[in-house]
Amino acid sequence: MTRPLLEISRLGVEVPIHDRRIPIVEDLSLMISAGEVLALVGESGCGKSMTALAIMRLVPKPLRIASGSEITFDGRPLLELSVPEMRAMRGDSISMIFQDPMSSLNPVRTVGDQVTEVIALHDHRVSRAEARKRTIALFERTGIPEPAARYDAYPHQLSGGLKQRVMIAMALIMQPRLLIADEPTTALDVTVQAQILELLRELQREFQTAILLITHDLGVVNELADRVAVMYGGRIAEEAERVDLLTTSRHPYTKGLLASIPHVDRRHADLTEIPGVVPVPGEGPMGCRFATRCPIAFAPCQDERPPAVDLGSNHCAWCHAVAKEVAAS
Amino acid sequence: MTESAGTAPDHAPLLEVEGLKTWFPIRSGIFRKTTGHVRAVDGVDLTIRAGETFALVGESGCGKTTVGRSILRLVEPDAGVVRYQGQEILDLARTAFHPLRQDLQIIMQDPASALDPRMTVRDAIAEGIESFNLVSGYQAITDRVAELMQLVSLDPDAMGRYPHEFSGGQRQRICIARALAVDPKLIICDEAVSALDVSIQAQILNLLRRLQRERGLTYLFITHDLSVVRYFADEVAVMYLGRIVEQGSTERIFAAPHHPYTKALLSAVPSIDPDRRGLRPKVLGDVPSPSNPPSGCHYHPRCPVAMPQCARELPPVRQLSDGTSRCFLEAE
Amino acid sequence: MVGYIISNIAVVALLIGFVVVARAIRSSRMWSDAARNLWRRRPFAIVFVGVFVVIALLDSVAWISAPAAMAGVGDQVAASKPRSIIDRLFAPETFRETSYSAPLADLGFYDKQRLSYPGAHLLGTDILGNDVLYRTFKGVRVALLIGGLTSLIVIPIALAFGISAGYFGGRIDDGVFFVMTVLASVPSLLLLIALIMVLGTGTLQVCVALGVTSWVSFCRITRGETLKIREAEYIQSAKALGVSDWRIIQRHVLPNLIHLVVITFALLFTGLVLSETILSYLGVGVQGSWGQMIDQARDELSRTPVIWWNIAGASVALFTLVLCVNLIADALRDITDPRTRREQS
Repeated sequence: MTRPLLEISRLGVEVPIHDRRIPIVEDLSLMISAGEVLALVGESGCGKSMTALAIMRLVPKPLRIASGSEITFDGRPLLELSVPEMRAMRGDSISMIFQDPMSSLNPVRTVGDQVTEVIALHDHRVSRAEARKRTIALFERTGIPEPAARYDAYPHQLSGGLKQRVMIAMALIMQPRLLIADEPTTALDVTVQAQILELLRELQREFQTAILLITHDLGVVNELADRVAVMYGGRIAEEAERVDLLTTSRHPYTKGLLASIPHVDRRHADLTEIPGVVPVPGEGPMGCRFATRCPIAFAPCQDERPPAVDLGSNHCAWCHAVAKEVAAS
Repeated sequence: MTESAGTAPDHAPLLEVEGLKTWFPIRSGIFRKTTGHVRAVDGVDLTIRAGETFALVGESGCGKTTVGRSILRLVEPDAGVVRYQGQEILDLARTAFHPLRQDLQIIMQDPASALDPRMTVRDAIAEGIESFNLVSGYQAITDRVAELMQLVSLDPDAMGRYPHEFSGGQRQRICIARALAVDPKLIICDEAVSALDVSIQAQILNLLRRLQRERGLTYLFITHDLSVVRYFADEVAVMYLGRIVEQGSTERIFAAPHHPYTKALLSAVPSIDPDRRGLRPKVLGDVPSPSNPPSGCHYHPRCPVAMPQCARELPPVRQLSDGTSRCFLEAE
Repeated sequence: MVGYIISNIAVVALLIGFVVVARAIRSSRMWSDAARNLWRRRPFAIVFVGVFVVIALLDSVAWISAPAAMAGVGDQVAASKPRSIIDRLFAPETFRETSYSAPLADLGFYDKQRLSYPGAHLLGTDILGNDVLYRTFKGVRVALLIGGLTSLIVIPIALAFGISAGYFGGRIDDGVFFVMTVLASVPSLLLLIALIMVLGTGTLQVCVALGVTSWVSFCRITRGETLKIREAEYIQSAKALGVSDWRIIQRHVLPNLIHLVVITFALLFTGLVLSETILSYLGVGVQGSWGQMIDQARDELSRTPVIWWNIAGASVALFTLVLCVNLIADALRDITDPRTRREQS
């Protein structure tokens, strides 16, 4: 059995406030194989972006990664690397693209320079001319029209879609083995989003890059993901293959989410609401985080952490009710 | 305030818009001379019937928000006619238009910036009540605010709090209560659910629907999200760079779109049906900026079936069996 | 002579105003939270400023003593002037020496004669024999008056112009902008001196002159903020709800500018007090201010041995006041800025 590319074990991200430690992400375990696309889905405040930042070791102070967390990438323990070693990994083996391309690109440098800078940082042997050639080639591959001319453009001269393509080029120029994409299409118009999703799918296949895709949009998940993990309140609620999650999900939150989203294929059937609001980190039920909003919550849910229930073929749900059902059958 | 039972859309037009144009001057140079115009709204016609939900769909820069603001005269249009219940409202003097503001309200996209951070929730909801003198006396107003808060499922005891103490969904409910306070007939929902989390969107959409049934409201629903349109709207108009390119009932638009842009939009929305993946969007390039639109049909540079004629002339509005489409292509 | 009556009335008015503001703060949760927060962050600065205010108030309440009570005082003209509580505490007519003396000294600085009040002058005496601590305390009122009165003139003018320009735009904006730019193009110090030469060097005149040259920067800030606020969605929705422009300015624009006003007041205050120091240095300052004491020190410092207590008293007092007010202003800005508040909640 091949070793997974990225293995996260019991990851916690916390923020010390007064004398308490508030968990933002709690006890999170995930695995991504080489060339696989794993989607991490959840609403705002569920901790998905923080998980991505933890992998890159870019968690902003005063938040910090909790002790006991382990992240292994290609056999190397990321959390134990020195700062220069970790810096060498970023952009080279693991890359990240962000939601808002406008604030992720430096406005006073040309986009071409920003991409070649990545090459220069990681591989000193490449000459400037060669780096420029590679950049223009990748610009063309990412669908940027007139790539040689665009090399010298400044970010403000480009549209949102083009900027996002530049970001993708910047992230893929060193052919990283893992790409973390944090809401890569959320800030884009629908037609542009579709083009970027198509691009990501093609590039993923071509470079065989594994992707950790962070999003709240289940349509995007359906387009790109192989496997899906649903997060709620800092923890994973359910994990499954794409088709299984979208058709036979078991966790009440996932089911509630699917039933509450209007989608283009459905008309006028009333949307089922999930009553209540997402819990603030550190507050709300500490057993199962979804207990106060769950339609089938019962005795153990409020205070006992739900067990992982193996439902076969890579499908796992963290839920007391599902555990009870499975035990009964 | 009458409570009407849920009714099918009544066929009298509540709001008619003809040839609406709102242009914003571009000023440059030391003397700030007007060098050109951003044609945010460039000739828009629509008719909204009482009791229905009319969706105005488009991507960023298409002018849909400006249409909403122009109808409410929050920004003054440069040309066109808007008729509310048969009466022309653009020509009215401000004082004559003022009482009509009660009937025409708006809910905005970002509930965080739509509420004054220094005003308590009570004062925010009471603002319209006070400006139109609908209820007088501090206690009477407070009671009315409590009623409105309950109507949108908020706890009235929280009325002394400030907006930043509420979640996004709750703030949007406050905005809805604020708009309802003056008992409007038409509410413009300008991307009213776009800034909310997915599970909260459902709550707010259900709330809006319930209010529509209970109070006979009419909605002009401005959005970029086609899934919400499918769920919520009766009529749809698709906008692109200041013009309406297609219009029709929701069923027809989704089942048989005519205009290439409408087709592109529909093909671009990722489905959550696991059997339907593999987007092949039928559109090229990026959304252009409204300050420098292409000639003729604005969509021609991105249109997969563009003809030479499209760059030269503005296409006529074609009547279809259900709705209209502004395209040179024949009606199917 | 009527000046002291006005001063007394002003003190009463200020105290009433203080009570009113305190009650207003107590009733609004936002402001009382801010006040409590401020106290938690900068208790020492607040206490020091409080002490200064108390001294100034004590110096502002004055009355003329009955002639009989002043019988022992040599200078009869001085005896018929109104004397404040500070005056009475220090009794400058009697509590004095002939000339310089070092702090807590027993002998005169130059003449080495035994002093009338050996060891009693905490900060020594100046060239005329006046107790330096007494002069420092008298300077408190002058400083607070310059800062406070001028700010009271500047802030309403700047607010009125700035809000009109920012909210209504167009011609009004152009007009205000023109005036602001003209004023800003003239070197402010020269304009200030010119105005004082025309108006005179009384406290009120200096305050007016300082006011005329200081309103522009705050006006610019107000205009900018108003422009930002005007575009906010809550203003648009207030308009949609039929609220009139005047009410919008009152209920939305002004409250969102108040945090700016409070901070600007604090910073303007210290800037003005320091400006007055420069004016005194140039000979056109207000009577009895710390600036004057510092000005006198010009030649005292060049003597050997150095006479340092005059400038020390004035400088330490000035430094403490400016520092404390600035610290409070910084803390206020952090507290009332809606962005940092959101992060805290």
